Amino acid sequence: MVACRAIGILGRFSAFRILRSRGYICRNFTESSALLTRTHINYGVKGDVAVIRINSPNSKVNTLNKELHSEFIEVMNEIWASDQIRSAVLISSKPGCFIAGADINMLAACKTPQEVTQISQEAQRTFEKLEKSTKPVVAAISGSCLGGGLELAVSCQYRIATKDRKTVLGTPEVLLGILPGAGGTQRLPKMVGVPAAFDMMLTGRNIRADRAKKMGLVDQLVEPLGPGLKPPEERTIEYLEEVAITFAKGLADKKISPKRDKGLVEKLTAYAMTIPFVRQQVYKKVEEKVRKQTKGLYPAPLKIIDVVKTGIEQGSDAGYLSESQKFGELAMTKESKALMGLYHGQVLCKKNKFGAPQKDVKHLAILGAGLMGAGIAQVSVDKGLKTLLKDATLTGLGRGQQQVFKGLNDKVKKKALTSFERDSIFSNLTGQLDYQGFEKADMVIEAVFEDLSLKHRVLKEVEAVIPDHCVFASNTSALPISEIAAVSKRPEKVIGMHYFSPVDKMQLLEIITTEKTSKDTSASAVAVGLKQGKVIIVVKDGPGFYTTRCLAPMMSEVIRILQEGVDPKKLDSLTTSFGFPVGAATLVDEVGVDVAKHVAEDLGKAFGERFGGGNPELLTQMVSKGFLGRKSGKGFYIYQEGVKNKNLNSDMDSILASLKIPPKSEVSSDEDIQFRLVTSFVNEAVMCLQEGILATPAEGDIGAVFGLGFPPCLGGPFCFVDLYGAQKLVDRLKKYEAAYGKQFTPCQLLADHANSPNKKFYQ
Amino acid sequence: MTLVSGWLLYGWSIAVQTKTKKTLAKPNIRNIVVVDGVRTPFLLSGTSYKDLMPHDVARAALTGLLHRTSVPKEVVDYIIFGTVIQEVKTSNVAREAALGAGFSDKTPAHTVTMACISANQAMTTGVGLIASGQCDVVVAGGVELMSDIPIRHSRKMRKLMLDLNKAKSVGQRLSVISKFRLNFLAPELPAVAEFSTSETMGHSADRLAAAFAVSRLEQDEYALRSHSLAKKAQDEGLLSDVVPFKVPGKDTVTKDNGIRPSSLEQMAKLKPAFIRPYGTVTAANSSFLTDGASAMLIMAEEKALAMGYKPKAYLRDFMYVSQDPKDQLLLGPTYATPKVLEKAGLTMNDIDAFEFHEAFSGQILANFKAMDSDWFAQNYMGRKTKIGLPPLEKFNNWGGSLSLGHPFGATGCRLVMAAANRLRKEGGQYGLVAACAAGGQGHAMIVEAYPK
Repeated sequence: MVACRAIGILGRFSAFRILRSRGYICRNFTESSALLTRTHINYGVKGDVAVIRINSPNSKVNTLNKELHSEFIEVMNEIWASDQIRSAVLISSKPGCFIAGADINMLAACKTPQEVTQISQEAQRTFEKLEKSTKPVVAAISGSCLGGGLELAVSCQYRIATKDRKTVLGTPEVLLGILPGAGGTQRLPKMVGVPAAFDMMLTGRNIRADRAKKMGLVDQLVEPLGPGLKPPEERTIEYLEEVAITFAKGLADKKISPKRDKGLVEKLTAYAMTIPFVRQQVYKKVEEKVRKQTKGLYPAPLKIIDVVKTGIEQGSDAGYLSESQKFGELAMTKESKALMGLYHGQVLCKKNKFGAPQKDVKHLAILGAGLMGAGIAQVSVDKGLKTLLKDATLTGLGRGQQQVFKGLNDKVKKKALTSFERDSIFSNLTGQLDYQGFEKADMVIEAVFEDLSLKHRVLKEVEAVIPDHCVFASNTSALPISEIAAVSKRPEKVIGMHYFSPVDKMQLLEIITTEKTSKDTSASAVAVGLKQGKVIIVVKDGPGFYTTRCLAPMMSEVIRILQEGVDPKKLDSLTTSFGFPVGAATLVDEVGVDVAKHVAEDLGKAFGERFGGGNPELLTQMVSKGFLGRKSGKGFYIYQEGVKNKNLNSDMDSILASLKIPPKSEVSSDEDIQFRLVTSFVNEAVMCLQEGILATPAEGDIGAVFGLGFPPCLGGPFCFVDLYGAQKLVDRLKKYEAAYGKQFTPCQLLADHANSPNKKFYQ
Repeated sequence: MTLVSGWLLYGWSIAVQTKTKKTLAKPNIRNIVVVDGVRTPFLLSGTSYKDLMPHDVARAALTGLLHRTSVPKEVVDYIIFGTVIQEVKTSNVAREAALGAGFSDKTPAHTVTMACISANQAMTTGVGLIASGQCDVVVAGGVELMSDIPIRHSRKMRKLMLDLNKAKSVGQRLSVISKFRLNFLAPELPAVAEFSTSETMGHSADRLAAAFAVSRLEQDEYALRSHSLAKKAQDEGLLSDVVPFKVPGKDTVTKDNGIRPSSLEQMAKLKPAFIRPYGTVTAANSSFLTDGASAMLIMAEEKALAMGYKPKAYLRDFMYVSQDPKDQLLLGPTYATPKVLEKAGLTMNDIDAFEFHEAFSGQILANFKAMDSDWFAQNYMGRKTKIGLPPLEKFNNWGGSLSLGHPFGATGCRLVMAAANRLRKEGGQYGLVAACAAGGQGHAMIVEAYPK
């Protein structure tokens, strides 16, 4: 489980929790909107309250685009002009979505920063007019209210939100490398205070409705309703509208004040922020933190700070101007293009290209209650899958059950679940030591130790007890699935499902199909993965599949670099400053030195000299000394419970000294070291596409970023080739090839791209 | 010609009046009768009963029953009481009350709990004991004293105190005491909230009313009806199940004190109690926290006759239901009503007296709307058509929990006695009792008037 027993460490870097939310939505309009009158927005009048309904056609979500924008202006002008109307309610007709964000394609279509700035300015003007409306407008929010949708809502005089799980508010622009460009950077600090606004805009996190109420982002909450005379969702939206209407009337009659009572802490914070010195300190602190986390690789967060600062220090005119200009600049950056590419890829990897499976998986069985098995169980039970967790020993099983319980209980502590929900979810899990109940299983996922003969044994045991339709999935990071399937009576039902650790944090699932795997088996595996909330890439079988295989040459290079005398700390800092969330030496420790050795040997055999480079003897010696990485307390570093700053393991000095090789000065600059690692990764990834292991570049990018921590600002190996230039990469590879040989020979597909500059992985 | 059509008309109207069934007696099953039932006056909590303990109030109901029925203590085979918020000192409150009321110490007693249908559970447990031939004479009742509720030390404090108990040496004691923190002293209050959802019942009722689009005005109107009818019944002396209670150290309490007919204007002024500021459930259209107890003498028919009693009613088919405790917490009557009618082989038209527990106006009206909705019946009850509305002129005619009060554990017996007494007074044959309860549960029972 190399690939990632540990890249879970990724999860700890909040700045890299990429794109979990949908702030921007991409849709392509096929119809000509000019011919239709008001397809996105309409309104009716109830008494003296206009109810404006947003309902973008042919889509599950509402997106802020040019058509919607211009229709909104039209509608508002009519409302302002009407004598009958005294107030308005703004509501979506779509369940689960208020406005999910601005249209990402609208930005992508722009060629210059000026065009983007203009879009921003138009939105700013509209929202400013809305903010200054003398007729109060109440935003009635149910479902996602993100990005431009939130900026619209905060421009209204009052906000009422449904208190359910689907209702989230947030400004995820930063995750796409841009900033809230419709006045958000100016209004949010005033509404929720500067620190909270920074938190929202810099992390892009989703905020639940009850939290939003506490922050002052919404003014009232409406509880979701159960069944009545209509389906619950329908009636809840109707109720939200009714409540919003009473508040709109109350605001128009001045019976309700749009001003909110602030708590003591809020008042104090607000007071403190009036002191210039305090403000400067806050900017400084936030900037320091951002610089530390982003290593200067992401321009958006710094610009957000800058724009907010401009607005506060120089007034809103300057603020709005700065916002729109920086918005334009950011939209044109490579980073933004890379992040938007990842967004598109992620949308793609959230679909089941095999269609719906013949039979829904309702009963899941998992073999092995280790870290992976229990992790898989955890993400299954909370989606309502009845899950059997089988282990060979009671202690192993108990540990696994406790892991699942702890995972759920942590959610209770964070108030994401109630203790009752936890108990009810936990009851979906059955722990056992035998095969009882396997006759009902629709899918078995084995997560036993990575040993082919063991996997063969459990496969045979399982096949004796499961029903005919049951899928057998193997969670392995390197053992070829076809070899595992070799002993199966029904190889068409065997598939690989490579999860990443920790399973509840890592979003990626790599599904591996063999020549014999049936389409329905694939459909089943993808359906289960999607249900578990995973982003899924489907790859062909082969040594190391895609993710482990890409990582292997880079790891080999890590060893060589260490042998050449580069300090592990220095290596770590070089890799993280390139954008990897975890340093290369730390990564080996996290993965486990024994696991790394195991994989290096396996893949070394399969790929020969190409996977050479560093001397695997380094790993062998480390294993023999018990330096297995974090799990054994010692690896390149020393790990101690409760000690935050880890120290180098001085016992490694003698091992490193004994294997020392002289560095080659022509390829040993800091930049060269970084590129030796990255190019070996990228080259292998492109080769996977060339060999058909990967079906699409997008899956390659998603796999690398979400599974291996490839720098998100580079958008994944394929996006990186497009943005950086294939020719420049090939030049670098050739330079390293000259120094080290075959490991750096550019693959054919990469060479092809270098030869014809028009060739791009993403057109 | 006119004569013929006149006859036809007559025949048709006869058909309407005829019951689907003449009686609900079943072959080879013992008939079970209510000899009589009484209750203490139901009082707003914090009033005259505030210094009592639950078993004191229960005892008053039991002595009242003894007095009313003159039943010889030794013939009582078993005593069952319902209660909800338990006083920990008298966790089997049935036994403590019975001993104090002078029942034989040879008569076993146990306590049941099923939220607001605890007394119903006490009665049906008794029915089961008699029907199965284990007992002939059972006293069933219920009690609730909301004036005093068990407020506990926090879990941390309790743990500390228990540890301190176990500590042997001074050193050990000191080390336990050193763990004390000031926040350990924060008390734990029992809440009228669902354990599973942490939602208070009033909050759920407000959402339920909203789900069925029940307006504030409708709720206030219904509450006003309840109070007006209760006042009328009280003034006319119809609430004959109430027995006077001489409270130690205080005056004798003779009647319910929560009946307060107000005006719609007054009620409209109240602010929402649970969903603020825009909800519809207020103090005026909810049942209030109540102290009180009820008790009832149930016998096998042959035993009652042999002892020379003239019973008031038969207890017939009953039904418990349960559903989603979050969104359908208070819809028990809707689910239970059609089931118990079908079980008994009756229709809505056969029922002469409806006695539904009124937790909240909004809850009663939401149940009405659910019972009157084909959509709800089809989508949530697996029925082809709606159940239909109980006619309002037969519904809770002597007031209900909103006005008379609702001591959680005692209301069930009040409902049955109201149905039985109404049938006798109004001349009907079948009564239907229904109630909702926390946990998303519900109960319904058919009461058949004993032939005069």
